Amino acid sequence: MLIKKAPDIKPSEITSESNFMNRREFIHSAGLAGAAGLLATPSGAQDVPASAVPLPDISPSPLSTDEPPNSFEDITTYNNFYEFGTDKGDPGENSGKFKPRPWEVTIDGEAEITGTFSYEDIVGPHPLEERIYRLRCVEAWSMVIPWVGFPLGDLLQRYKPTSKARYVAFETIVRPSEMPGQRGFFGLDWPYVEGLRMDEAMHPLTIMAVGVYGVELPNPNGAPLRLIVPWKYGFKGIKSIVRISFTEKEPPTTWSLQAPSEYGFYANVNPTVDHPRWSQASERPIGAGLFAPRQTTLMFNGYGDQVASLYEGLDLRRNF
Amino acid sequence: MATVPQSNIMFWSPSLRQVKRIIKPLVFIASLMPFAWLLLEAFGTLGRGLGANPIEAIQDWFGIWALRFLLITLSISPLRHITGMVWLLQLRRMFGLFAFFYASIHFLNYLVLDKRFDFPAIIEDVLDRLFITLGAASLLLLIPLAITSTNGWRRRLGRRWQKLHYLIYPIGIMVCWHFFWQVKQDILEPLIYCLILAMLLGYRLWRRRPG
Ligand code: HEM
Repeated sequence: MLIKKAPDIKPSEITSESNFMNRREFIHSAGLAGAAGLLATPSGAQDVPASAVPLPDISPSPLSTDEPPNSFEDITTYNNFYEFGTDKGDPGENSGKFKPRPWEVTIDGEAEITGTFSYEDIVGPHPLEERIYRLRCVEAWSMVIPWVGFPLGDLLQRYKPTSKARYVAFETIVRPSEMPGQRGFFGLDWPYVEGLRMDEAMHPLTIMAVGVYGVELPNPNGAPLRLIVPWKYGFKGIKSIVRISFTEKEPPTTWSLQAPSEYGFYANVNPTVDHPRWSQASERPIGAGLFAPRQTTLMFNGYGDQVASLYEGLDLRRNF
Repeated sequence: MATVPQSNIMFWSPSLRQVKRIIKPLVFIASLMPFAWLLLEAFGTLGRGLGANPIEAIQDWFGIWALRFLLITLSISPLRHITGMVWLLQLRRMFGLFAFFYASIHFLNYLVLDKRFDFPAIIEDVLDRLFITLGAASLLLLIPLAITSTNGWRRRLGRRWQKLHYLIYPIGIMVCWHFFWQVKQDILEPLIYCLILAMLLGYRLWRRRPG
C-alpha cells in the first residue's frame, strides 16, 4: 500500500527557509506551488525541520540548475533505499534508528594511500558547495534537489590512485539491526555495490553529497555521505558509503546483477532506450501536483553538453 | 461428481428481506469506503494528501482495491459451500461490480491524469509492455461481465450466462500477473495475492475432483 500518513513533523518544527534559498528561487518555487493547483503538495513549502543540523560555509555553484527544487518533505519521504524497505515511503518511516555517526570509510585498491578513515578525515578538507541537480529515477519520475557536497574527483585525488585504477567501486553499509530492509526475505544481495569509470568519477558534475537544503543528509537520503551522478539514473547514486575501491576491472553493480537485462553498468539517462517494462521517454515530476503533465526526458538528463563526450564511440543502446 | 453436503455448518441465516433492507445497503456503503478514503486523503484531511507522487498513489490504491474486490467476489461461492450461508450469493454481484468500478477508476486515472490522453503512448504501452497488456485485457473482459450482471441478462442468456461468467477465472489470473510483473524486487505482496487466488481457484478444482 502506498498511501501512508506523513511522519509527524509538528508545525513548530517547521522553519522558514527563505533565508537559505535566494530570493529568486524562493519566489519561483512558491509560484510553482500556487500554480500546481488545489491538490498539489506544497512544493517549495519551506519545511526543513529545526532538528536538522545545518552545514557551515556553503557556496553556490555555477553547475546548479535554476529549476525550482522539490520540498524537503518530497525529498525525504519518497525514496528508493531498499536497505529500509522496498516501498518509497519506507526509508522515511524506517530509518529513524539508523546512526550515521561515528562513520568510517575504507579506501583500498589501486591507490597509494589506503586505509580506514573517519568521516571527518574524508569530508573535512573539502569546501562545501550547493549543487541543485535534476534527479531522474529509472522508474520514470524526477525531482530537483539542492544537494550539498564536493566534487568526488577532489576526494579521490587525495588518495593518489595509480595508473591501474580504471574504475571506482563503492559499497553501502550493512547494518541489519538498524536497516530493516536488510533483514527482509525479498531484499537485494547486500551490500549494495556501485561503480563508475574513472573518467566519470573525476567529472566535475560528479559529487559526494553530505547534505541537502543546507543541512546534513537525512537518513532516507543516504546519510552521512552518498554519491550523486546527475546524468545517470538515481540508482547509481549509492548511499551511506563505507568503502571506496580503485579497481582495474569494471566492478559489479547491484541492479545489473539483480536484473542484467533491465539495468546496465552505465545507466545513463536515455529517453531512447526503454526499460523492458516501461517507457523512458518521459518522466513524472514529483511534487508538481495531480494535474501536471509528464515531462520529456532529456538525454543524459539534460547534462549532455557536459558529459556526452565521455561516451563517444560507445554504443549506448548496448551499454545501457 | 462428489456429493458435498451443502450446508454442513449453519451460520446465521438472515431472511431475504433482511439481506435486501439491511445487509446489502451496509455492504454497499462499506464497499465505497476505499473511494471515500482516497478522497479524504486527496484533500489532505488525513495526513499529507497523497504523498509526493499522488498519481501513482491513486493508481496503486484503486488497482489493489479492484483486485481485492475480485478476490472477494471469487470467495463467495467457496464461503457459501463451507459455511452453508447461501444468502452470501446475493452479495456476489455487488462485489463483482465494485471490482469493475475500482478497475475503471484505476484505468481512468492512467488515461486522464497519468497519460493525459496521449494515445500513441498508451497504444505503445499496451502493445509493448506485457503488464499493461494484461491489465487492459482484464478490464476489457470485465466489461461484458458487468453488462450482463443484471437479472434480465441472466435470464436471457440462460446456461450461456454461467459459461460467460467463467471468464472471471482467467481475469483473476491475468490481474495477479499484471500485479506481479510491475514490481521491481519485492514480490512478497503480489505473491500473497497470487496465493489467495490459487487457493480460491484450487478449491473449485478440488470440489470437482472425480470420485
Ligand atoms: C487498461 C487497463 C489497466 C491499466 C492501463 C493498468 C495500469 C496499471 C499501472 C500503470 C500500474 C502500476 C502503477 C505503479 O507503477 O505503481 C498498475 C498496477 C496495478 N493494477 Fe492495473 N491497470 C489496468 C487494469 C487493471 C485491472 C483490471 C486490475 C484489477 C482488477 C488492476 C489491478 C492492479 C493492481 C493490483 C496493481 C498493483 C498496485 C500496487 O502496486 O499496489 N489493473 N496498473
